[in-house]
Amino acid sequence: MSAQILKKSDFDQLIKALQNAGYDVYGPQVKDGAIVFDLLESASQLPQNYSDEQQPGHYHLIKTQNHQQNSRWFSWANTAQGIKPFVFSPTETLWSVKKMRSGEISFDDTQISEKPKAIIGVRNCDLAALDLQDQHFLKQTHVDPYYKTRRQNLLLVAVNCTHPAQTCFCQSTGDGPIVQSRFDLVLDELDAGFVIKAGSNMGEKLLNTLPLTMASHFQQTQLRKQHDEVKNIKMPSLPAINIKHALKKSFDNHYWETVAQHCLACGNCTSVCPTCFCYSEQDKTELDGSSSTHIRQWDSCFNSSHSYIHGIVVRSETKFRYRQWLTHKFSGWFDQYGRSGCVGCGRCTTWCPVGIDVINSIKNVCEVSDE
Amino acid sequence: MNNPHLPMLASVVDRIQETPSIFTLKLRLKNNKAFQFEPGQFNMLYLYGVGEVPISIVSDPEQNDVISHTIRTVGRVTNGLSQLNTGDQLGLRGPFGRGWPIVESHKKDIVIVTGGLGCAPVVSVIHYILNRQPDFGRLIIFQGVKHSDDLIWNKQYQQWSSLPNVEVRIAASQSTSKSWPWYSGHVTNMIKDFSYDESNTIAMMCGPEPMMFAAVESLKKENIREESIWLSMERNMQCAIGHCGHCQFGSHFICKQGAVFPYSEVSDFFGKRGL
Repeated sequence: MSAQILKKSDFDQLIKALQNAGYDVYGPQVKDGAIVFDLLESASQLPQNYSDEQQPGHYHLIKTQNHQQNSRWFSWANTAQGIKPFVFSPTETLWSVKKMRSGEISFDDTQISEKPKAIIGVRNCDLAALDLQDQHFLKQTHVDPYYKTRRQNLLLVAVNCTHPAQTCFCQSTGDGPIVQSRFDLVLDELDAGFVIKAGSNMGEKLLNTLPLTMASHFQQTQLRKQHDEVKNIKMPSLPAINIKHALKKSFDNHYWETVAQHCLACGNCTSVCPTCFCYSEQDKTELDGSSSTHIRQWDSCFNSSHSYIHGIVVRSETKFRYRQWLTHKFSGWFDQYGRSGCVGCGRCTTWCPVGIDVINSIKNVCEVSDE
Repeated sequence: MNNPHLPMLASVVDRIQETPSIFTLKLRLKNNKAFQFEPGQFNMLYLYGVGEVPISIVSDPEQNDVISHTIRTVGRVTNGLSQLNTGDQLGLRGPFGRGWPIVESHKKDIVIVTGGLGCAPVVSVIHYILNRQPDFGRLIIFQGVKHSDDLIWNKQYQQWSSLPNVEVRIAASQSTSKSWPWYSGHVTNMIKDFSYDESNTIAMMCGPEPMMFAAVESLKKENIREESIWLSMERNMQCAIGHCGHCQFGSHFICKQGAVFPYSEVSDFFGKRGL
């Protein structure tokens, strides 16, 4: 079947179709100087004619001066925060407990009662990261019921990346830039409209409700050209060595000291990392002591409390925490889940306040020279 | 849906003060629900309004209606747990993790090495072995304490040492009392005092990592294989189901792959600072 086109003027129909199917629709928008996912009511809220500039410790949005007829809405690399918060919520009430006057206590399970969510504008790095989170929260001995509910209620409308940032390295992790699977719908933005394809039954159903036209010969050529162009962009890349093994021998490398002189242990990298899964649990007790809720929230291996055990902080210094983060992501993850825990989105590098470049760290620790 | 985060309701059926800072709670699940576990596994105990802590199970798996935990008061939750009395309620999740290699130990000589105050995980396996003595070979117990005054369960050690086929050796690395009847020095120094049937010996240990590291070295000198040396590891644990990430040790989740490991599985990481 030849490609189908959703005209830009019909984009609101897609939003409407998702809403009619019972979804709260989220899409990328410019908020506080960054592109982030938020509730989307109309295509006019999308980051039209914006591009992003990402470098180590640097993020900047640029408004381009395109004419209305060839305006682009997705000509930026990725959102500041990925889609992780939609499934692995930054805070979640796990259960609650009541205490009667008699001293007896009773536990109550928490049920999530939220509308399903559809996200428009997901990149392949986001989908690859979601797959890793699925492996962690859904495909082990224990299944996380909160993650599971949110995941089942999620609909994904991917948009193929055309403008990877200078910090992106998805090619070298094997996670992009072109979307392969795990989506309900995938769009390719051309000048006059979007090539749209379904990747699931739900996506197929939605397609049938949309006003679509057949792609012209010119549009099909433009699509192929666009894919070729993005695939041929020379992105930064991880060194072509066995990083997993090299890191296993790196425990005493002097680079951990060096990087720790810059690293603030702020945890920005773990907050924007779409695969980081650590969380801490705590009780929030009512002032009158009659009930308590047991909550979890995102944690970071850069926090001292992360490795606290009976009076001792095991990873007492920043160098140990940075080592934990990097070796887990690029080495331990292989043993745990059969691949690297990095999808090459580059967010850790962009959002590091002191501009520590993750590729540079890998090169240093693995003692690979630059060229 | 089964929620692995949600505690079961349990109540205290007995409380024993072992030392000023160590106590044992005997618990029963609501409706006398039976509880199956293996020696060396642990539970998450939840104290109302405060939080959860991982505590190893010390009772015998065959007595599945009462679950015992020996606890040292170190933090907020354990301090609170120490205030509980008979009849009080708390939450319990478990059992979690891999226990001691009971099947692999069948008919073998067992060497226990433990350091510190009342090492509950090995006490459970000592009881387990002694209650099934013909199933196991010789039992050698090495218990180390820092200070000679720190030794708890002195009577129990004496009783164990009087049993046939059981040897008990105790060491204090800082002994002040002249009447200290045991060894003065590091517990691991005593390992060489015995001869071992290396193909027929399983070692199990818990305690501070430097002590376990030294014990592994001593046992290896006695030709005991790394796969036959088992350690109980400790890290921060919050979820106990391999999700929250705190207990990672190298590429292991201690709550899931451990807390008991054969040394061969952790030798790449063991003894490294800050891991």
